[in-house]
Amino acid sequence: METNTAILASMIIPALACVGNMVLRRNDNLRDGMTLVAAIATFACVLTVLANEGNGTTAPMVLWTVMPGLDLAFNAEPLGLMFAIIASGLWIVTHLYGIGYMRGNHEKKHARFFACFSFAIASAMGIAFAANMFTLFLFYEALTISTYPLVAHKETPEAVKGARTYLAILIGTSIGLQLVAVIWTFALTGTLDFTKGGILAGHVEGPMVAILLALYAFGIGKAALMPFHRWLPAAMVAPTPVSALLHAVAVVKAGVFTMLKVGVYIFGIDFLAETGASEWLMWLAAFSIVCASVVALTKDNLKARLAYSTVSQLSYITLGMALATSMGALGGGMHIAMHAMGKITLFMCAGSIYVATHKTEISQMTGLGRAMPVTFIAFLIGALSIIGLPPLGGSWSKWLLILGAADTGHWVMIGVLMISSLLNIAYLLPVVAKGFFLKGEGQPQEWAEAQALVWAPPALTAFGCVVLFFFAGDIAAFLAPIAETN
Amino acid sequence: MATESVVHTAMTLHDHLPVLQILVPFIAAPLTVFIGSRALAWPISFASSVVSLVIAWLLLMQVIDGDVISYHIGGWAPPLGIEYRVDAANAFVVFLVAAISVVVLPFAKVSVAYEVPLRDHALFYSAYLLCFSGLMGVAITGDAFNVFVFLEISSLSTYVLIAAGAGKDKRALTAAYDYLIMGTIGATFFVIGIGFLYMGTGTLNMADLAQRIAAQGGNRTIEAGFAFILVGIGLKLAFYPLHLWLPNAYTYAPSAVSAFLAATATKVAVYVLLRFCFTVFGPAFGFEVLTLQYVVLPLAVVAMFASSFVAVFQSDFKRMLAYSSIAQIGYMLLGIAFLTETGVTAAIVHLFNHGITKAALFMAVGAYVLRAGDTFYNDIAGLGRKMPWTSAAVVIGGLSLIGVPGTAGFISKWVLVQAAFEKGWWPVALLIVASSLLAVIYVWRVVEVLYLQPAREDSTATEAPLTMLVPIWVAALACIWFGIDTDTTLGAARTAAAGLLNLPGQ
Repeated sequence: METNTAILASMIIPALACVGNMVLRRNDNLRDGMTLVAAIATFACVLTVLANEGNGTTAPMVLWTVMPGLDLAFNAEPLGLMFAIIASGLWIVTHLYGIGYMRGNHEKKHARFFACFSFAIASAMGIAFAANMFTLFLFYEALTISTYPLVAHKETPEAVKGARTYLAILIGTSIGLQLVAVIWTFALTGTLDFTKGGILAGHVEGPMVAILLALYAFGIGKAALMPFHRWLPAAMVAPTPVSALLHAVAVVKAGVFTMLKVGVYIFGIDFLAETGASEWLMWLAAFSIVCASVVALTKDNLKARLAYSTVSQLSYITLGMALATSMGALGGGMHIAMHAMGKITLFMCAGSIYVATHKTEISQMTGLGRAMPVTFIAFLIGALSIIGLPPLGGSWSKWLLILGAADTGHWVMIGVLMISSLLNIAYLLPVVAKGFFLKGEGQPQEWAEAQALVWAPPALTAFGCVVLFFFAGDIAAFLAPIAETN
Repeated sequence: MATESVVHTAMTLHDHLPVLQILVPFIAAPLTVFIGSRALAWPISFASSVVSLVIAWLLLMQVIDGDVISYHIGGWAPPLGIEYRVDAANAFVVFLVAAISVVVLPFAKVSVAYEVPLRDHALFYSAYLLCFSGLMGVAITGDAFNVFVFLEISSLSTYVLIAAGAGKDKRALTAAYDYLIMGTIGATFFVIGIGFLYMGTGTLNMADLAQRIAAQGGNRTIEAGFAFILVGIGLKLAFYPLHLWLPNAYTYAPSAVSAFLAATATKVAVYVLLRFCFTVFGPAFGFEVLTLQYVVLPLAVVAMFASSFVAVFQSDFKRMLAYSSIAQIGYMLLGIAFLTETGVTAAIVHLFNHGITKAALFMAVGAYVLRAGDTFYNDIAGLGRKMPWTSAAVVIGGLSLIGVPGTAGFISKWVLVQAAFEKGWWPVALLIVASSLLAVIYVWRVVEVLYLQPAREDSTATEAPLTMLVPIWVAALACIWFGIDTDTTLGAARTAAAGLLNLPGQ
């Protein structure tokens, strides 16, 4: 298959799956089977792009010109391709998990759920392959709107309220700040194409660079940079598959991915380093990292704790970009993959516990480890990867970020990353420890793992965390082009 | 260029298109009354609207590249005779009005049958046609006094159309009366302004006026004329704070009338403002620049915020849309106040994009009225499931109102913010996006009501009939189409803006 055809197919197939879900809303098995086929086909398309292009950057394929200078255009480049591989690959796993979760948990309105889910994936693919900021923004908004029904899925007052916060912050930041930044960039440079080395150098100077960066950094609300992080905990009212794939992978990674894209292809790492415009962002990211970890410590609800952990981990990637050095950008890029694999494991474990026992609070989970060993061991592996211990994937990205910080002489940032690791240990490991070493109230034998479709996917992604450790070198080599400086 | 030599021999039907544009509905209007048949009133209206649309399209295609058609009524050469002058700006507006009419009328058939007493139907459609031809006449004419005449024709028939809502809610009568008083004051101001211009220059032809004003420069008479015209037309276009007639008028008028007026009447008034500000006076005048920057611009910003804010707190969908309209007019005025090509382009393109968006939304309102009786939020709660197609169209229209990418509203917002940056007024750019966040709130309230609230237990609503759904979806799909394909809208708006600002056409 041609690269461009494969790129288009990777967006059209999930979009068709969305339509298919609505058409086949009465036939559960056929519908879920069809979506699984679509997920595999999407992944295959993305892999075709990988096989064809490797880590090369293809020429933009212009589908349509909306206004002079504003094209709907797509291309393949390493960062986007990696994001596409993660999102589409994990879609297969999450879909299987989703089937088990939705049925095991007797959730309603499966068709709407999976339709919106598929559309969200189509939007994520659009973000991954966008060749310019305009196209990216279009799909960024599509992703927000298509995930809204998923957050509001339960239709309880609590879900409606959470969804309202979700939409208000994401749309508010994207239209209120990001759109301004995009139009400003367009007014300054006359183009929005993602270009190696950036497009802004020479068009803007002085404090304006920092202001423009601020509009982007806060405007990309999906990156959950404090103080615009509230939507992520609010989104936790959604069913767990949504939290797992969308709010640990597709949506939040779309945010930090956009952040990296802006840093690398709009501003350019060199330009950021020269002007020092991203210095403040680095400090804010460091603040987000530590602060969100501390908040996570205080949360007894497992999903809320994981949400704050995500807020903290996303800022690693923002930090990587803000360091304005190639090692930082590389570390940030790699952390997208590593964190995705670790966090989706943790969320799926949380969902697995919920399906089996309907427990949501960590304090209630004492002794569950012995009843649900697979889930808790998977959780342990995911947690260790987030903490950044070898032999798990998360250790490499943290390593690169520390190298990046050392590169630029920001020793404080190394301290921040260290403290963050300690905090990660403090809020993640007690869950496992309580599960295995404390005795539960009542009879633990009344609990057992839920069906295989619920516990197997997290086990698989936990294994993925180990695999990533050994392939980290390949990922680094794959992403190398984005970190090339002139 | 007061006159162009026109050869009066061998004129074909094609040459008479500018006048036929007005005459077809204008003659059809009394025809519906004379025939007096309720059954025939609608077909006559629809047929004349379709003919008008075809003519409007032919005219638009002739002028879209920057040409100008000058038509002399009765062969009397301007400046003495009345001249119809078609260029990209007004051809675009006429096309919008005719297109909206063709889309709204099929919808109106069911909606009017439900909301207006049967015995009034022939008169209703007659008034509708008068309003329709009046609005197009305002746009197409090149004679300042003729603008006033057509404005009155459209206004008087509008009062009748709004009052026709009394069959459902008697408050339509007071709404119409309010509008009658304010509209008449506006018209009076407008005609006094034209009187001043005539006093100062001795002509009523716009092209001629422009030349003479440019030649003699500004003086008190001209300035007073400008002030009166600005206030007069400001009342017509619901320029904040002269908007007080609009919320009640749109709320209590029959839904079809609201849909038609919201999409056309204020837009035509915006066009008149553009025409006077740029063609007749020319932005070279200091007093005009000062007025636009220190009066129109701040008021436009206030309109964007105050009206959006009021819209947020409404509990009636229809009324919320009315307030949103006032806010959206603020965007158009803001574009005009920039006094740049991009700004005026934004105003013109938003005039069109907002027209189709509001048409879709007000027609959806009509569908809810038909099925649920009213459009208060507790009446339409939970209808997302009972009326999925209507509600999906509301979501699309709502997204366009917010300006989400992929919809028509996004294009206007983009051009408007771009104009602000070009001018270096980045605080204004921030204000524009900040006010669209208010739109997110008022639109999303409706979406939540439709989809996430339980339906009333006594609700028997079912999906609207196809005759309503098709027009609603034509407008909703237009919102998406013109958000992706901007060649026609943005192209025409750019040509129009260049023409109005006397820049070389593109």
